[in-house]
Amino acid sequence: MSLRLSPRKEQAIVRRLLFGLTALSLFILAFIIFFILRHGLPVISWKFLTQNPIETGKEGGIFSTIIGTIVLIILALVIATPLGVGTAIFLTEYTVEGSLTRIIRFGSECLAGIPSIIFGLFGFILFVTKLKFGWSILSGSLTLAFMVLPTIIRTSEEAIKFVPQAYREVSFSLGGTKWQTVSRVVLPSALPGISTGVILSIGRSIGETAAVIFTAGSALRLPTSLFSSTRTMSVHFYILAREGISLSKAYGTAAVLIISILLINVITYYLMNRFLRKYT
Amino acid sequence: MGNRTTMKGTESKEKLIRLFLLATALSAISILALISVFIFTEGLPIMFRHGFKKFLFSLDWYPTEGHFGLLPMIIGSLMVTVGAMIIGVPLGLAGAIYLTQFSSKKVRMVVKPMIELLAGIPSVVYGFIGVVILVPFVRENFGGPGFSVLTASIILGIMILPTILSISIDSLMALPPAYREGSIALGATEWQTTRMVLLPAARSGIIASIILGMGRAVGETMAVIMIAGNATSLPRTILDPVRTLTSNIALEMGYASGEHRQALFATGVILFIIIMVLNTVANLTSRKMSR
Repeated sequence: MSLRLSPRKEQAIVRRLLFGLTALSLFILAFIIFFILRHGLPVISWKFLTQNPIETGKEGGIFSTIIGTIVLIILALVIATPLGVGTAIFLTEYTVEGSLTRIIRFGSECLAGIPSIIFGLFGFILFVTKLKFGWSILSGSLTLAFMVLPTIIRTSEEAIKFVPQAYREVSFSLGGTKWQTVSRVVLPSALPGISTGVILSIGRSIGETAAVIFTAGSALRLPTSLFSSTRTMSVHFYILAREGISLSKAYGTAAVLIISILLINVITYYLMNRFLRKYT
Repeated sequence: MGNRTTMKGTESKEKLIRLFLLATALSAISILALISVFIFTEGLPIMFRHGFKKFLFSLDWYPTEGHFGLLPMIIGSLMVTVGAMIIGVPLGLAGAIYLTQFSSKKVRMVVKPMIELLAGIPSVVYGFIGVVILVPFVRENFGGPGFSVLTASIILGIMILPTILSISIDSLMALPPAYREGSIALGATEWQTTRMVLLPAARSGIIASIILGMGRAVGETMAVIMIAGNATSLPRTILDPVRTLTSNIALEMGYASGEHRQALFATGVILFIIIMVLNTVANLTSRKMSR
């Protein structure tokens, strides 16, 4: 710097600059939420939420896409939660740090970084075509389950690590076996933390589009079995917006998406804080 | 006697449980292996058949006529990723520094989760905001069709901001308080302390956060499809439309068949390799930090 400022002055300038940039980030967030809600909330009504889309979504509501989203996510979590929690238990309670844990963690971290379109390609080739599940709830939820697995592993692992060592020692000293200790002492204490991870995964799945559109398809009918194709809210929103079917229905769907995600974030934040306060 | 058999029973039950847990623990790495195998077996043969050089360095993408040049998409991905870094890194780092060094703990506890909320907003919503606000804005103020490298970079930059902010905050907070206290005690200002002591010390965590952000930008699909214009020609300025590797897959997957579909998997192979390299580098840098 050719212009020499006193350190105090420099700090005052930098501080203002940093504050400005942070405020800008917050403003962008607030703007996105406000913009979607302002245009979307007037569209949302009881009818919008409980009526099926008519004429590919031009009229009617989004009921079948809400059901599609919920069914897909529940099934994905039923598949991913046991795998993720099992992995976390193994990593924290059943082994010591070494090359095995390093491989497991590497796998999980890499999986977390893989873009959803790759998951979509993979789910399409394996579940939809090779295993002949077709565009279906089953293909979609298996793909989603694989996607959210790393989130569940990481949060469960952290939650289990937070359970004080003394809890385990007491259980062992009373003659409890390893599994008895894990299943009756450690897991119940870590449950709130684990559920945070599960809820976070719901948030991620609600907004997922690329992986779901190629595996679950985009049928607008209410699903009748695991092998029915279904359309999630975010896929519906994407199709409404991209094909210009109905801007107002698109805003309405986006508002429902945003509200669900806001709710989920608030719940996880609350749960996480309560859990951390209990053990720290 | 009876007692001993039950003891043996519990012992073998314990062993069984351990085995079962080990199996679940291998799920993530097995899925990763499965994904690599499927993407590569679908995508590699066609690359061998037509030659890697043609895939990587040819400009012609006419998949129905057997021309599979991916260079415009590779350059497209590169351009929007660099653009996203230019927007997202300063915003993310500034936020991280402000919230760890200059704000009260209370402000940090409120603002950090709020900015992390940006990560939760679905990418289709970002794409939509881009279409209805940013595309017309760019078209009217800078010219061009509006669907452009610039538009995609801005939206992607906002999308990767929370990743950079949140991991950088964590690595700045993980530094021993003595670093900061020592420097302040020597008479340095907070900014001097940040610039000369804290940022260098948290370097590997911050670099990891930037690389992870890059990974997100390279891999983002739906938002980019909606705002980048998707032309398969090489963009000349940042106001020209562009197609990325991810959009190339998503746009044509719906109707592609035969060699065309295999070429999309070949696109997936290239994307997969880029992501794995970024992941591994991020992984290694953050491991260096924890040591």
